[in-house]
Amino acid sequence: MNQTSTDNAMAFLPMAKKIPAGAGEFRLPSADQPFVQGTVATPAGPVPQVGTALSRQDLYGHFRVRWNIGRNHFMVEPGLYAVGNPNADSPVLTSANYKMSFDLLRQALAGRDAWILVLDTKGVNVWCAAGKGTFGTEEMLDRIKASRLHEIVAHQKLIVPQLGAPGLEAHAVKKYSGFTIIYGPVSVADIPNFLDNDCQAGPEMRIKKFPLRDRIVLVPVELMQGLKQGIPFMFVFLLIAGLAGKESFAEAVRIHGLPPVLSVLLAIIAGNILTPLLLPWLPGRAFSVKGAIAGLVLFVIFFTGATAFSIQYSLTEQASWLLITLAISSWLGMAFTGASTFTSLNGVKKEMLRAMPLQFFSLVVGVILWGISLRMS
Amino acid sequence: MANLKYFDDVISLEFNREKCIGCGLCSTVCPHGVFIGRKGNKAEMIAGELCMECGACMRNCPAGAITVEAGEGCVRAVINELLGIDGPCC
Repeated sequence: MNQTSTDNAMAFLPMAKKIPAGAGEFRLPSADQPFVQGTVATPAGPVPQVGTALSRQDLYGHFRVRWNIGRNHFMVEPGLYAVGNPNADSPVLTSANYKMSFDLLRQALAGRDAWILVLDTKGVNVWCAAGKGTFGTEEMLDRIKASRLHEIVAHQKLIVPQLGAPGLEAHAVKKYSGFTIIYGPVSVADIPNFLDNDCQAGPEMRIKKFPLRDRIVLVPVELMQGLKQGIPFMFVFLLIAGLAGKESFAEAVRIHGLPPVLSVLLAIIAGNILTPLLLPWLPGRAFSVKGAIAGLVLFVIFFTGATAFSIQYSLTEQASWLLITLAISSWLGMAFTGASTFTSLNGVKKEMLRAMPLQFFSLVVGVILWGISLRMS
Repeated sequence: MANLKYFDDVISLEFNREKCIGCGLCSTVCPHGVFIGRKGNKAEMIAGELCMECGACMRNCPAGAITVEAGEGCVRAVINELLGIDGPCC
């Protein structure tokens, strides 16, 4: 189909997407990736064989992305990989090309012979990519074709992570490729059990829970994102205090600049550390409320603990710190909806409509009161 | 962790049981146990209040019996969408 007729078809069928260049063309991933140990000969060509033990280099990469470093470039080449020495009857498991997803899957396949079909999700994990549609029906069909999976396996079954389901129409994959999708467990840790149990997942493997250990691993990324947003505020407070305060620059920074910096820090601790950790116990359904309450409690503990320090300040100035803490802790708490496992689109929209005006108002009034008290003292 | 529950009054999930052909896939794909269904029996929606609008059930329902305004329950995704940015979310 030439360009013009594609465009005509698109004008006619607004839902039709352009077929990406090279889609479905035969392609195997490069063997020149650090985790590839060799190749397995197949009718389609040599398929890269990967190990199931994670190297120090792999683990260092995991550590970095847990701290939000290089997280957008942590990927493997999409395509077909081999674990062990798979043959035409070995199971095919699918994954995203976020290297963390891929690494955890190959680790779970220790001691087995299997194929891994990696979809191009632009380095995003399975669940988020499924939500965006990049872990989706079209990419699945393209990747099956590009990997010549029909020539490599004799069965027509694909094991797909359950959390990939939001992007896939299993019946459409079946219709256009012949492959039947079998939804595997939610958690990669249940894969060995699932495979040993004739690809059956019990109800407990189908529910996405959000236990403390899952929330703890999210804290560093949240913290880094909170600091990224909070640090510019801190510098602005210090600078304005120094320039606008009645005292000398250094004195004004110390007296009026440090308290709002502490307020922002408390808000980051409340929103990015306490909200994830204490999520089930913080009152309210709204994450903005949970964040604000954590911020309030921290503020009361910290600033009343420092009475001797705060006694010399006007009530206006003290109120300004509280408003700043509440606004930012509420905002950062609300941002945790994105990493949580149970918030809905319409719920988040409802929460944002209600919370954002209050957060904005609280921040603006807080900053104004603080500015006023700069000139009063 | 039953107390991890979000706003349940704005959930857009709708199930048309008339259309259900009893494949059971909705109960397989739902990560929050909203549906119960075994092959051969029409599914039942037993916990609609736990729905997170991921859209897995709707996309995988071959009978088109389920509709939901599917999307990501993520503040940054909503803001990106409003601003028309194709930015990173998760």
